[in-house]
Amino acid sequence: MTLKEVADLLQATVITGEDFLDREVECVFASDLMSDVLTIKDHDGLLLLTGLCNLQSMRTCEMADIQMVLVVRGKVVTEDMIEIAEDNDIVVLSTPYSMYKTSGILYNAELPSIY
Amino acid sequence: MDFQYHVEGGDFTNAGSTSSEVKRMLKKMGVRPDIVKRTVVALYEAEVNIVAHAYRGDIFVNLEPDKVCITLKDEGPGIPNVEWAMQKGNSTASPKVREMGFGAGMGLPNIQNNSDEMHIDTEVGVGTTISFVNHFA
Repeated sequence: MTLKEVADLLQATVITGEDFLDREVECVFASDLMSDVLTIKDHDGLLLLTGLCNLQSMRTCEMADIQMVLVVRGKVVTEDMIEIAEDNDIVVLSTPYSMYKTSGILYNAELPSIY
Repeated sequence: MDFQYHVEGGDFTNAGSTSSEVKRMLKKMGVRPDIVKRTVVALYEAEVNIVAHAYRGDIFVNLEPDKVCITLKDEGPGIPNVEWAMQKGNSTASPKVREMGFGAGMGLPNIQNNSDEMHIDTEVGVGTTISFVNHFA
C-alpha cells in the first residue's frame, strides 16, 4: 500500500514530503517510546505511528533510517521538526484519529505489524 | 581524522545534533548503510544519555579508513552500579526525560547491541566515559 493510500484511509494531511507519497508501506510499528523504536533492526518500508510529537521523535527517525511517520491525534508538528524531516527526506503525515483507531484501520487494511 | 563536539546536560533541543553530523560524515565517506545506522543509533543513545543524566560532556570521534571509534566523556553523577544499568528496563531517568520518549532503561544495552566493542568507565560524583568501536567491514 502506498503512503497516499494510507493517508486517504486515515484522513491524514501531509505535513512534509508531498513528493514521496508513492512510497510503499510494507509494515507498521506504533510507539511513543523512542528507545523502543531505536531497537528496530531491518525494516524496509516501515511506517511509524506515534503520538510523541517533538524534536526527538524526528531525530530518532533520522538515526533509525525511518522514512515514513504518521503523527496521531492531530498533534502540532513544529517547524524545527519539519526541518529535520526535510533534511532527511522523511515524510510526515498527521491524522486526527487516535493511535488505537489508526492501528485498527491499518490492520484491517492488511498492513502487517513489524513484530 | 578527529572531531570533537560539546554537549550540554538538559539541552534537549540540540540532543542528537552531533549524531546527525556524524551520520552525514559517514554517509559521505561511503560507509555501508547498515553500519552507519548501527553507529549513529549507538551514538544517539549515548548522546541522549549525556543530555538526560550529566551536566555536560564532550564527544570525540576518531574516523579511520576501516573503523570509527567514538568516546563520550561526561561530567555528571556517574553510574553507581554498571551491571544494574546494563540490564534492560533499569533506569534513573527523570519524568522530563521520559516525556521525550526515553528513560526506559534500554539505552546502554542498545549501545552494546549496535557496536562491535563497548567500554564503560564511570566514577560516582565525577562522570562517565563510554567508548565504542564499529568496523566498516
